[in-house]
Amino acid sequence: MSDMWTYLQYPFAQHALLAATLVALVSGLIAPFVAARDMAFAVHGSAELAFPTAVAGLLLFDDALTGALLGSVLVAIAIALLGSRRGDGNTAIGVILAFGLGIGVFLLSFYHGYASQATNILFGSIVAVTSRDLVVLAIVAAVVSLLVLAIYRPLFFSSVDPEVAEARGVPTRALGLLFVLMLTVTVTEVAQVVGTLLVLSLAITPAAAARRWTAAPLLVTGLSVLFALLSADGGFLLSLAFVDSGVKASVFITFISFGLYLLARAAAVVRKV
Amino acid sequence: MSQASAVQLDHAALRRGERLLWSDLDLKIAPGEFVAILGPNGAGKSTLLKVLLGLLSLTDGTALVAGKAPRRGSSDVGYVPQQKGFDTDLGARGRDLVALGVDGHRFGPFRERGRAARVDQAIAAVGASAYAGRPIGRLSGGEQQRLRIAQALVGDPAVLLCDEPLLSLDLNHQRGVVELLDRRRRDAGTAVLMVTHEINPVLPFVDRVVYLVDGRVAVGKPDDVLTSTSLSALYGTRIDVLRVRDRIVVLGAEMEPHHVHDHFGGEHDHSGESGETGESGETGETGEASGDE
Repeated sequence: MSDMWTYLQYPFAQHALLAATLVALVSGLIAPFVAARDMAFAVHGSAELAFPTAVAGLLLFDDALTGALLGSVLVAIAIALLGSRRGDGNTAIGVILAFGLGIGVFLLSFYHGYASQATNILFGSIVAVTSRDLVVLAIVAAVVSLLVLAIYRPLFFSSVDPEVAEARGVPTRALGLLFVLMLTVTVTEVAQVVGTLLVLSLAITPAAAARRWTAAPLLVTGLSVLFALLSADGGFLLSLAFVDSGVKASVFITFISFGLYLLARAAAVVRKV
Repeated sequence: MSQASAVQLDHAALRRGERLLWSDLDLKIAPGEFVAILGPNGAGKSTLLKVLLGLLSLTDGTALVAGKAPRRGSSDVGYVPQQKGFDTDLGARGRDLVALGVDGHRFGPFRERGRAARVDQAIAAVGASAYAGRPIGRLSGGEQQRLRIAQALVGDPAVLLCDEPLLSLDLNHQRGVVELLDRRRRDAGTAVLMVTHEINPVLPFVDRVVYLVDGRVAVGKPDDVLTSTSLSALYGTRIDVLRVRDRIVVLGAEMEPHHVHDHFGGEHDHSGESGETGESGETGETGEASGDE
């Protein structure tokens, strides 16, 4: 256990902790909307599609994050065009997802750098976060947070009550598009920490747990951020504490996140709601 | 006098693609008037509401709502959309839904001043105070519908547009909702336009009906429009309108199951409408009914 404090003296661990915090903040903010709009599959889809774009980034710029962030814009447009609400585009997302992963594996065969780069994309590589990555993460986190603050109410309106929102003059389509964009960028960020395969543990589980505790929207968002922070930071600290086991931080993150969800469900049963 | 109309349509026509939904629709609705819009499925009833909401434009003619051309987001109009249940764990309470009617369309982090008081008042006016703090997805259909009406009325609109507000409610709640709308239009002078399949629950309250069939329109008092002669002319086929006690039964019109159910519905048993029982069951609603009256 004392290892944890020793490791935290090192810049790589501090970077990782900061990255985990930033990533948890945005995904916790976004997650309640993902749940309300029933877009879990779009999250999963855009996370996995960050794989081929990250590999393309490795090939073109020797940098996975740049490729993934640029690619996320393309993915957002594709998802938005296919229809992003209420599962109407789920089949199409599935089709594109399968093809996208094929492209990723195809591109990977041209990449002759470190093979660990590719597995890092899939399963996360929080300790590999550079200070340049941190700057990008901080900028994305700031932009997404400010946007959520600015569009919170209309976005919530169009998420829970689209017909009336439309009639009340809320630009539901434009907001839907903007949200998908925020979502794919956030997901790409989260994928840096937990990997593309485990994104949902930060981008939906915290909100799913929060909604079991309360139905007050602001409280749901607050709890969702709190749970995401507990999972991401807690998971990383645990991975330091058990560094000898060689288990990745992303594993601890998914475990804590799911544990909080189980706790919320159990509490809901006890509270009889 | 024409400025005083809550809703005014002159020679209004609407075409959707190849189909002419209705044409030559003249309608003047006074403040406080209660109008039911009737007709078979696909006759363009909901579409008429969409025109008044400013979501669709007329193909021909003019429309005015509170003296102005229909505009999306107008505060003159309240809207209760067709009943769709909310997700069980939506992450919103009843009062959050009503609050969205105040400032849900506004950007920025600050809520409108005095919102809480207005929301409380609107919730009390529909008798939903007891359950407005509970998750919306866990309320019964009747409770959700009352909160939807509170949401539509919290902005104090001149016109209230309701699309099938009685759908999937049991008779008790149908009556409760209709009485609520009736009280509102009398107290506040809000004109109410209600698209509905259910004639009988609204019959004692509505001033006029608009009956749309296949592009043809009949407008008038229920007693004038809902007759064998008038409906036969409208449908272009033989229709019999029977009065059974204080209820109306329409025979011969090509109508969906719901329609048949509605006209026959009431105190009689469920024979011959086995397909409907699930929908009108509403098992979860008894609690509200007792606390309501």
